[in-house]
Amino acid sequence: MFSRLMIFPAGLLVALAACGNESPGIPVTLKDHRFTPAEIHVKANEPALITLSNQDGAAEEFDSTSLKVEKVVPGGETGSVRIRPLSPGRYPFIGEYHADTARGVVVAD
Amino acid sequence: MLAALIIVFREVIEAGLIVGIVLAATTSVRFRGRWISFGVGAGVLGACVVAAFAGQIANLFSGAGQELFNASILLLAVAMLAWHNVWMAGHGREMARHMKTMGAAVSAGERSLAALAVVVGVAVLREGSEVVLFLYGIGQSTTPISMLTGGLLGLAGGAAVSALMYFGLLAIPPGKLFRTTAWLITLLAAGMASQAVLFLQNGGYLNILTRSLWDTSWLLPDGGEGITAIIGKMLHTLVGYTAAPDGAQLIAYVATTAVILGLMRWERARHPRGKMVPRPA
Repeated sequence: MFSRLMIFPAGLLVALAACGNESPGIPVTLKDHRFTPAEIHVKANEPALITLSNQDGAAEEFDSTSLKVEKVVPGGETGSVRIRPLSPGRYPFIGEYHADTARGVVVAD
Repeated sequence: MLAALIIVFREVIEAGLIVGIVLAATTSVRFRGRWISFGVGAGVLGACVVAAFAGQIANLFSGAGQELFNASILLLAVAMLAWHNVWMAGHGREMARHMKTMGAAVSAGERSLAALAVVVGVAVLREGSEVVLFLYGIGQSTTPISMLTGGLLGLAGGAAVSALMYFGLLAIPPGKLFRTTAWLITLLAAGMASQAVLFLQNGGYLNILTRSLWDTSWLLPDGGEGITAIIGKMLHTLVGYTAAPDGAQLIAYVATTAVILGLMRWERARHPRGKMVPRPA
């Protein structure tokens, strides 16, 4: 029974497609719990990559419901945040642990 | 303080609801307290380890380590939930009937408990590691005492809501409880599978059907700020509610539900009512 059930996740993993050609990462820094730049422009309908450098001592979670992203970046580390192809529009995001100051928006145009 | 309260509350509730369902699903199984406590304990320990090595994990697989790690443990939990449900479909009736006398069923029931202990451990580990990272950050904030108070209140609040759901489930008549928890566990697994797909996509894998099919976030958002967001997030944890699912997520959700229900039906057919068929190795 058990081995049969494992086929499902295994099959899903096999079905993974390798990541395609992405444009080079857009650098964003987080310092004093603020994103710079706070407005990030990406091309609509194309995947993008944000390279988030957390220069604070504390961890932060890049969180956006509309971008469907939750990514923890520990203090002093750099994390890759992948942006899926977006319809033109504005997609707000926050640093969940410091949501009063850590705010920004991805603009797809 | 309020921010800390909400963050911790949200993470605790996500793990707590899962623990509540597992406890309700195992009311008739002996030694469940031991197994579930072990799962929670291992999860807390694991959360600290994951938080401590968060940077290293994230840097694996060219920056997609965190996403692959999350997807893997979610799929592990999906497999364990499925296994439990399918096993119970075959043995639940006999177990309930002969619980006191049948040693074999008790030890076999323990195997199913081990699977659920893994599920509990994984849930606590995922949400717990975020709480640990957040609390670690509190130490460096300008108002650590106020933040810590908020965190503790959030912990208490999350535990209280989870307990409320558990006792609510226990109020269901025993005959219907099994059916209810079987459905809850199926949808819990389906939601986790859909979430795993999201992590794979965000890790740069599985780049298919990434367009949202619909968006009900105007009615009930599944994240963000505000009271509706908390309700949406709870439904997200419980039954995998997603305000704007994409095609791959929906396929994962439907396929997981169908596979689990299909295997349950098949397993039930192999165990005719009242007869105990020996389990194949």
